[in-house]
Amino acid sequence: MTLKTTFLCATAAFALGTGTAFADPALIFDLGGKFDKSFNESSFNGAERWAAETGGTYAQVELQSDAQRDQAIRRFADEGYNPIIMAGFSNATPLEAIAPEYPDTSFVIIDAEVDLPNVRSVMFDEHEGSYLVGIIAAMATQTDVVGFIGGMDIPLIRRFGCGYAQGVTDTNPDIEVIANFTGSTPTAWNDPVKGSELTLAQIAQGADVVYAAAGATGVGVLQTAADQGIYGIGVDSNQNYLHPGSVLTSMIKRVDNAVFAAMSEGPGLETGLHTMGIANDGVAPAFDEYNEDLITPEMHAAVDAAVAAIAAGEIEVHDYYTDQACPAIQF
Amino acid sequence: MDFLTLVLILDSSLRLSTPLLLACLAGLFSERSGVFDIGLEGKMLAGAFVAAAVAYLTGSVWIGLFAAIIASVFMSVLHGLASITFRGNQLISGVAINFLAAGLTVLVSNALFHEGGRTPGLPPDARFPTINLPGALTRIPELRHADPMTLVWSKLLSGHTVIVPFALLLVPATWWLLYRTRFGLRLRAVGENPAAVDTAGVSVIRLRWIALLIGGVLCGIAGAYLSTAIQASFIKNMTADRGFMALAALIFAKWKPWNALWACLLFGFLQALETQTRAVNNLIGIALPSQFYNALPYVLTVVILAGFVGKSIAPKAGGEPYVKER
Repeated sequence: MTLKTTFLCATAAFALGTGTAFADPALIFDLGGKFDKSFNESSFNGAERWAAETGGTYAQVELQSDAQRDQAIRRFADEGYNPIIMAGFSNATPLEAIAPEYPDTSFVIIDAEVDLPNVRSVMFDEHEGSYLVGIIAAMATQTDVVGFIGGMDIPLIRRFGCGYAQGVTDTNPDIEVIANFTGSTPTAWNDPVKGSELTLAQIAQGADVVYAAAGATGVGVLQTAADQGIYGIGVDSNQNYLHPGSVLTSMIKRVDNAVFAAMSEGPGLETGLHTMGIANDGVAPAFDEYNEDLITPEMHAAVDAAVAAIAAGEIEVHDYYTDQACPAIQF
Repeated sequence: MDFLTLVLILDSSLRLSTPLLLACLAGLFSERSGVFDIGLEGKMLAGAFVAAAVAYLTGSVWIGLFAAIIASVFMSVLHGLASITFRGNQLISGVAINFLAAGLTVLVSNALFHEGGRTPGLPPDARFPTINLPGALTRIPELRHADPMTLVWSKLLSGHTVIVPFALLLVPATWWLLYRTRFGLRLRAVGENPAAVDTAGVSVIRLRWIALLIGGVLCGIAGAYLSTAIQASFIKNMTADRGFMALAALIFAKWKPWNALWACLLFGFLQALETQTRAVNNLIGIALPSQFYNALPYVLTVVILAGFVGKSIAPKAGGEPYVKER
């Protein structure tokens, strides 16, 4: 198993050498890489948890380029893996083309909606989770300026930024939110050097809390935040431990739960749109021993109040997807 | 835009130019000797990984730097074997080096640290320290009320790692070596007309090898700078196409050392502008999208090459393996 895993990792989609494993699930990681301390790592953790609890095995592949998406999905489907789980919105286009060709295979796509009878689309309410960390950021800032650093400039990341900005301004309308994106190509997910420079630029503009929604680029953001003595906020996985005392919190996206659920249900899983939000623990700020000294009881209370208000419909967090615009901040 | 923002942009430009400049000079040596080197990116990446891994394991950033140079030189040796000794295609072996580095760094890193492409974060004493001159302010909030002289002193002259002044000093050193020494004359000649150099009784192969090895050393330093000076860990593909930008800068600079300095500073400056889009937008009064700033270095390269600097002519023998006539 381990050997096979390593083998698959190293050689991308080209080597599924060890025979057909009937109805084992398969997992496709996106370009950020399996151990990005973020989104993909979270899906890996979910799969590992499933493997540990059930003793099952699963196949996996780490995409190295956009061109491999089609090939990877098709290969797993041909080999009889079921369900086939893929993390990342970029898989939506190839999946739309491929899924109808394999009506007996169940597909799961995370972060995008593909409306086909054999596809489950898992969407996270990133805007709501970001709203909650926005509240914490607004209560932690001393300078009344907070920053947001996105990875690649795409609607998904704007959705993070928009919810965050609304959380900040709802808490204190006098706080200014600065937003930057790392770039407009996939390199933007793996450019910690630029992440650092953006952080320094935001600090220069007065920011003392910076929220990074930028994949591995965020590693550079959190590093610089720690070096400069300001707060960083992590994303996707719990990144609090990276710089204890400096990472204020992390907006966790429970991709692991989505992967775990899909693998547990197995072939023929319930398809359609699944939304993971605040109510079903899909998104949440991370509280643990690394940031317990940073989070005041007032912050806890404010977050709890906001969770209740969102659930009750009293607070509507603006969703960038609905109108491709954001009232709280100008990108 | 206030003076502080301007100083911070220039400060950021210096930091961002340094890896470009090192890689650009590496490319200059090898291309001036007649060996195209599009493997700069891969060599830097190998250097970045080895520097971070070795610095983490030994706790010494200097051993890390040394190991990075060895790793990058090893990549140069592969390039040299394929394209000088065995007269293979220089472009193909350069591409091979990029692929090899991209895959190998992640594979070895995962085997060593089990964190996939990443290496564990380095503690402060395993990173290059910033050199803080006396009286310099280090934290940005302290700078807000400082006078202009203090700002320039604190951010432009002070607060950099030792690699930044080293890279800048390499420019006059390279110029001197190329234009004022016998070795430099031969090196330039071998890129233009290797047969003439050969006729004069000087080994073309040996000169090209030396140029390539110097390039390896410089790329190793550039990589170490990325992972152990301005960052504290290796992250897969963290060079983020800087090797290719350095190649663009090299063409832009017409393969001359001083021009290379200006080209790399310009590219660094444009990248730094991108981080301060708001201040720049306020200054010019138009809200330009960040994508505009993103594309600026490339657009500028095309525009300037097409209209302003005139023809950029590569060393004549570049790309051709040297075959002795009999």
